[in-house]
Amino acid sequence: MNWRGCYTLFVKEVRRFYNVLGQTVGAPVITAMLYLLVFRQVLEDRVNVYEGVSYTAFLIPGLIMMNVIQNSFANTSSSITQSKVMGNLVFLLLTPISAFEFYLAYIGAALLRATLVATVLYVLAQLFVTVPMANPLVVAAMLVCAGGTLAVMGMIAGIMADKFEHLAAFQNFFIMPLSFLSGVFYSIHSLPAFWQTASHFNPFFYMIDGFRQGFFGVGDVDPLRSLAVAAGFFVLVSIIAISMLARGYKIRG
Amino acid sequence: MPRASNDTAIAIDRVHKRYGRTHALRGVSFDIRRGEYFGLLGPNGAGKSTLISIIAGLTHASEGSIAVLGHDVRSDFRAARRALGVVPQELVYDPFFPVRDLLRLQAGYYGCGRDYWPWINELLERLELTDKRDMSMRALSGGMKRRVLIAQALVHKPDVVILDEPTAGVDVELRRTLWRFTRDLNDAGHTIVLTTHYLEEAEELCDRIAILNHGELKVLEDKRALLDRHPYRFLSLQLTGDGGPLPAEVEALVEDRHEDTLELKLEQGRHYIADVMESIRDAGYRIADVRTREPHLEDIFVELTMDKPDGRAA
Repeated sequence: MNWRGCYTLFVKEVRRFYNVLGQTVGAPVITAMLYLLVFRQVLEDRVNVYEGVSYTAFLIPGLIMMNVIQNSFANTSSSITQSKVMGNLVFLLLTPISAFEFYLAYIGAALLRATLVATVLYVLAQLFVTVPMANPLVVAAMLVCAGGTLAVMGMIAGIMADKFEHLAAFQNFFIMPLSFLSGVFYSIHSLPAFWQTASHFNPFFYMIDGFRQGFFGVGDVDPLRSLAVAAGFFVLVSIIAISMLARGYKIRG
Repeated sequence: MPRASNDTAIAIDRVHKRYGRTHALRGVSFDIRRGEYFGLLGPNGAGKSTLISIIAGLTHASEGSIAVLGHDVRSDFRAARRALGVVPQELVYDPFFPVRDLLRLQAGYYGCGRDYWPWINELLERLELTDKRDMSMRALSGGMKRRVLIAQALVHKPDVVILDEPTAGVDVELRRTLWRFTRDLNDAGHTIVLTTHYLEEAEELCDRIAILNHGELKVLEDKRALLDRHPYRFLSLQLTGDGGPLPAEVEALVEDRHEDTLELKLEQGRHYIADVMESIRDAGYRIADVRTREPHLEDIFVELTMDKPDGRAA
């Protein structure tokens, strides 16, 4: 293992988002807080999802996970696409960094950004309502599995995209709808039977429901099932991404 | 398997590269010796950049193999890439970091830590970048960016350095600075591989020269032997007077005609300067000035790479 090379790439990726912290952490936090303000104002007294859990409290883990999903994806996909478009990816491809080390560095940095966004959101959310954390281990495991899965999907999208337009299409037509329709704002039990069944085919639903169970101890499905689905997806997309990197798919002539 | 020996820096063995129906490299084989200043020449589309990309691991060969200092570029890629520094042709850069940070990051990718920072400072000094070390690449001129690319290729102290058209689009002063710098590197024991469109650059710097054309190796020789094997010399005559048509045997030797000056290409041992001049005088001209020149690399390059009228490559 070229540990120093891997660590240097991780540091470079962290510095990349740290240099524009307002854009990479500040902006998603503000957007999430606006969602929270508006939905709290309109729905707080009208919707009761779980017994003893206010709608604002219910909303917070979902919003955090939605941001984990979107920021993990954005970190890897934008970095790789930018390097490809600007041509500076060549400086990494020339080095003795293996496919696995490349993968570790990019996913590690994306997870750090996602964790930073999640932590800031969680702390700020306490201004509105106290959100308990019933099982911190489940919260951490879901954050890693979901953030990791989306970071890897971002990596795959970045490898495949030839321009930012391709990335935007992937984000707008795939990531955004699946994350909005995954139970961030509602419990799937409030949906008609067909959409309840359809939700079970959306991996993002398990990520959000499992994450929420880490806070409240209750959810729509068994938390172990959610964890297994998220971890399974993480492993699956990781195998795909590492094999793409190892073959040099779309990055090595 | 590539042939590896202690005095071989890069061993290229029957390398083919196909892009769909395009056969960019057609079984290229040759060795680059350790410590030499090697020129890789060829017209656009000859396959030079493809070959360099394969050596650097930026693309994979369809067939054949390449080893750098005996390390296969695919199966032993870590050792091969540690031995290699590549200055890319395009002025590409990461806009997020200042120059010194970029160099430190690049060294880190190769597993080189803080103990390489003095070397990085030395590189900045030698490439006259010290006062630019905290500037973003965006703020640098094209020439300065080119220097940073060279520093990036050298941060890990590679034994073999590939310069892919390093002087393309740079001014004369910088070109001379880069020439000096690469010569110093070569004197310090680094193997230098240079691709360039400036043939006088290759003639000035390189010990051995390979010429690629249409994906094939056309020639690989010591520069001196290559120049010597060209059997021509050039005779330039400034004519005055109202002579008639030149004799057919002289007309056949005319390479170029500019106002009152003729350039003739004479084959050594077959055409003699005295005979040619006498024929021209007999035609009624006076010879006001005479110059001769030995062939340049460019003449050989043109002869070897120019497509024949029937469409065949030379």
